[in-house]
Amino acid sequence: MSVPSPSPIEPVITHPLNVIVATDCGSTTTKAILIEKVGGEYRQTYRGEAPTTVEAPFEDVTLGVLNAIAEIEELSGRKILDGDKIITPCRDAKTGVDIYISTSSAGGGLQMMVTGVVQNMTGESAQRAALGAGAIVIDVLASNDGRLPHEKIERIRTMRPDMILMSGGTDGGAVTHVVEMAEYISAAEPRPRFGATYKLPLIYAGNKDAQPQVRKILGEKAALVLTDNIRPVLERENLAPARNKIHDLFLEHVMAQAPGYKKLIEMAGAPIMPTPAAVGVIMETIAKREHLNLIGVDIGGATTDVFSVFEGIFNRTVSANLGMSYSISNVLAEAGLANIMRWVPFTIDEQTLRNRIKNKMIRPTTIPQTLDELQIEHAIAREALRLALIHHKSLATALKGVQQERTISDVFEQQQSGKTLIDMLKLDLIVGSGGILSHAPRRVQAMLMMVDAYEPLGVTRLSVDSIFMMPHLGVLSTINEKAATEVFVRDCMVYLGTCVAPVGQGKDGERCADYAITFPDGRVDKGQLLFGDLRLVPLAGDQKASITIQPAKQVSLGAGAGVSVTREVQGGVVGLLLDGRGRPLQLPTDHAARVASLTKWFNAVDLYPKAGWGQG
Amino acid sequence: MAHSYTPGLTVTEQTTVRRRRMLSLPGSVLVSGGETVRANQAVARAELPGKVYPLNLANQLGVAPDEIHEYLVKKAGDPVKKDEILAENKPLIKWFKTEILSPITGVVESVSNVTGQVLLREPPRVLELLGYVDGRVVEVIPQQGVVVETDCSLVQGIFGIGGETWGEIVIAVTSPDEVLTPRHLTADMKGKVVVGGSFISSDALARAKEVGVAGLVIGGIHDKDLRALLGYDLGVAITGTEQVGFTLILTEGFGTIPMAGKTFNLLSAHAGQQASISGATQIRAGVIRPEIIIPKGGAAGKQGAVIVLEREGIRIGDQVRIIRDPLFGKIGEVASLPSDLQKIPTESEVRVMEVRFADGSKTMIPRANIELIEGA
Repeated sequence: MSVPSPSPIEPVITHPLNVIVATDCGSTTTKAILIEKVGGEYRQTYRGEAPTTVEAPFEDVTLGVLNAIAEIEELSGRKILDGDKIITPCRDAKTGVDIYISTSSAGGGLQMMVTGVVQNMTGESAQRAALGAGAIVIDVLASNDGRLPHEKIERIRTMRPDMILMSGGTDGGAVTHVVEMAEYISAAEPRPRFGATYKLPLIYAGNKDAQPQVRKILGEKAALVLTDNIRPVLERENLAPARNKIHDLFLEHVMAQAPGYKKLIEMAGAPIMPTPAAVGVIMETIAKREHLNLIGVDIGGATTDVFSVFEGIFNRTVSANLGMSYSISNVLAEAGLANIMRWVPFTIDEQTLRNRIKNKMIRPTTIPQTLDELQIEHAIAREALRLALIHHKSLATALKGVQQERTISDVFEQQQSGKTLIDMLKLDLIVGSGGILSHAPRRVQAMLMMVDAYEPLGVTRLSVDSIFMMPHLGVLSTINEKAATEVFVRDCMVYLGTCVAPVGQGKDGERCADYAITFPDGRVDKGQLLFGDLRLVPLAGDQKASITIQPAKQVSLGAGAGVSVTREVQGGVVGLLLDGRGRPLQLPTDHAARVASLTKWFNAVDLYPKAGWGQG
Repeated sequence: MAHSYTPGLTVTEQTTVRRRRMLSLPGSVLVSGGETVRANQAVARAELPGKVYPLNLANQLGVAPDEIHEYLVKKAGDPVKKDEILAENKPLIKWFKTEILSPITGVVESVSNVTGQVLLREPPRVLELLGYVDGRVVEVIPQQGVVVETDCSLVQGIFGIGGETWGEIVIAVTSPDEVLTPRHLTADMKGKVVVGGSFISSDALARAKEVGVAGLVIGGIHDKDLRALLGYDLGVAITGTEQVGFTLILTEGFGTIPMAGKTFNLLSAHAGQQASISGATQIRAGVIRPEIIIPKGGAAGKQGAVIVLEREGIRIGDQVRIIRDPLFGKIGEVASLPSDLQKIPTESEVRVMEVRFADGSKTMIPRANIELIEGA
C-alpha cells in the first residue's frame, strides 16, 4: 500500500492548530469550512460558499475565497478577515484562525499531456503518475500509438496543456525513441494554456541516459525539469519523483499564472493542492485505516473523478467531460438519450429534455426547482456516474499506485486478459461526494443513484460526503492528520447503509432469495425477496444486524449459485436496501412498463415527495 | 457578502468597451497608440511556423543514424524545394544509387544523429489579427497585440457559435415574440446581422445560409436544430471556431423564448448601423459570452474613460430573467428578497426572491434561477 505523497514541500507549523479555515476553489463555487477544536476534539462548525472568481470581471480567485470566508464570519461571529487579509494565528477566542489551507480545481484543473515510448508500458506509467498527482490527462503520445509523426506534431501543436510529462525507455536502454519524441515536441513548439510569454513546464522522467540529448533539444524551448525515470527497469515503477515534480511545477508555474493564485499561495499556510489529489488522499486513508476495498466518486460540475482501492492498490481516473453543469450536455452526448430517459419516471418529449439539458449547460449554476427537474438531474447523474466507472474500470487494469513491483509476467498477463482490478463482489464501500450526491434533498436519493449507477454485487456499504468537505480534509491531513481524521469521522462521512444485491436474473415476481435479518435487540425479520423487488429495512447508523440470505438456485451472493451467505451488515441514515432487481440490472424496454417499475421502486424506498409523481 | 444569483448579461445603450486583441504567438503590432482603427483593419501580424514533416533518413538510406551527415546534400537551416534532393548515397554502381527527395518546399529545420531523423518545415503562414471593432487603440502590447476601445451599445447573448464578424443590423421580425421563418430572410440581407424574435427553425437556418447573412441574433433555438447545423452534439460549451456560414447568437436560451423586450428594442433602435458580433462562448474556465457591439462612431473613446458597471448585488425593482423551468425565459422585476431559506418543491432549502411580472402576478423563485438583466 502506497502512502500518498501529496507534496514534497512539508510545511513547518509551530503554533497549535485549534481553529482552521479551509477552502476548495471549484470550477463553479468556492466552498469554505471552519474547523474548531471543541472539547478537545476537532469539529467542522460552519461553512460558507461564494461563486469562484477566476473569470472576468473579477479575475482574482482570492475574492471568491474572501467572500466565502466572510459568510463564515457572519454565521460564526468570529472575526477572520482584516480587509483582504486572513488573521493568523488566533488572537483570542473570537478573532483569527490558526491556519488557512486550500485546494483548487478552478480554471479547468491541471491539464497535462504525457508521452512514453511504448503506449501500454511507459505511456501508461506516465499517465498514472499524472493522474495520481491530480491531473487531467488530455492525451497520451507514444512512439507506437499508431499516429504518424506529423500527426503527433500537429496534435502537440494544437493542444495547450499546462504541463508535459515525458517518459520512455528504461535506464541504460536505447535512447532513440525518447529522443525522437523530444524532437517532435521541440518541433511542435507547444504553448501553455495560460500566459503567452512563459515557457511551458516539461518534466522529463525517462531513460536517464537520454537526459543530455533531451536537455539539448528542449532546454531552450521549455521550462525543463529532469527527474528520476518513472520506469527505471521494466519490472518496476517509480512514480513518486515525477509526481512530486508535478506538484512543484503546479504551484510554481501553472497556478502562478492563473488569476489571483500568487496571492492565494501567499495566503495559505500549506501548499495548495489540486482538488482531486486531496480527495485521493482521503480515499486512500479510509481504505488503509479500515482495510477496505472501496470505490470513491467525486461528481462535480465539470468532471467526475473516480478513485478505487482494491487489495491496497490505489487508482484514480478523471472523466474530464462528465459533470452535472458545465459538462452536462456531454453526458447526454456520451450516454445517449435513451439511457438517460430510462431513469425518468414520467413521460417527457425528447425535444423538451434536450433543450432543458442545454439550458443547464449554458446556465450551470441554476438548481432544479420542480420535482420533475430534480428527477431529470438525478437520471443524468446516474449515467454520468455509470460512464465514469466504466472509464475507471478500463484504465484500472494498468493503473497502479506508486513504488510498486510489477513483474514482466504480470504485464503480459494483464495485456492478455485485460482484466480490470475492480471486482464489484469484493467491494466493501462506495463513497460518494460532489454536489448532486452531497446535496440531494433526501439521502436515499444519493444512495439509489449510486446503486443504480454502480450496480454493486452482493453486500456493499454506501456513504456520502455530508456537505462536500473531502478536499478540505485531504489537504488538512497533510498538516494535521488527527484533525482531519476526527472531522472526517464526526462530520464528513455520512453512512447511508448497506445494499444487498443478489447476482442473477429472473422474471418479476419469481423468488430471488429468502432472507433472515437478526437485529441487535434479537428481533428476527424473515422474508422473501422477489425479482423486481426493492425493499428498504430501517437500520440506524450505529446498528449492526446479521443477515442470512438463501439465494435461489440460479442466484449468487458471491459464494456460488444457490449458496447461503451470512453477513454482518451496518446500518445508516437510509438503512438496509434489499435489491431484488437482478444483476445486471435490466429495466423494461417498454415505456409504460419501465415507468411503472421505476414508480414502484421509487415508492418502495420513499425516494421523492409524492406530490411530484407524474409531473413533466 | 456572497451572492447566489447568476451574474447577468449586459444589455446597454451606452457603454465603453475595451477589447484585447492578442496574437496567439509573438509577432508585430501594425498600429500605434491613439490610432483609430476599423473592425476589418489588421492591427497585428504574426507568422505561424509552418507544418513539420519528419523524414527518417537513416531508415530510408539504410545507414546508422550517426552516419547520415555523410549523405546529406542539404544541411540544417538550408532552404529546400519540393522534390529537391535532400540526401543521397554514393554507390560504386550508379544503379544502386538512392536519392531522398524533399516532400515539401521549406527549410531543413534539424538533423538528428541520434534518431537519424530530419525535420523539414514548411514556410510560415501569416496570421493577421483584425481590429474587430471600430475604435481607438488605447494600449499597445509590444509583439503581442493591442487594446481597442470603443463607445458603443452592447448586448451580451447567452450562447453563440461562430467567430467574429460584422455587418449592418437589420430587424427581420416585427416583435420579440415572433418566430423567424424562411420568408423573413431576403436576398438583401446578405452580409448583414439579422435580428429575429423568439425562435428560428431549421429551414430558416438553411435559408440564412443560402442568403449569406453575416450573423443571426435570436431568442432561442431547438437543441436538435443546433445539432443538425453543427453536424455533431455539442458536449461542452466552448465555441467560437465553428464554420456554419454565419455567426449565431442566442439571447435567451434553448427552446422558443421571446427575446427580452429591452434587447429587442435596443437592437431595433440601431437598425441600419454597423455592428461587430462574436459567437464565442466559454462557460467553463473563464466566462466568455457572445456579444453584439454597436460602435457609436466618430466619438470613440475621446475621454478615454471606461464605464465599469458596478455589481452591487441584486435590489428590489431590478429587472430579472428566470433561467430555469417551469417559468424559463419569463422576465419580471424583483418584488422582495426574503433572507430566510425556503423549502421548494424538491425539498431543498434555498434562498429565494419574489418576482413580479408585467401582469402584476408574483411568484417565488430560487435566487440561483434568476439572472439580472444588467446595463443602464
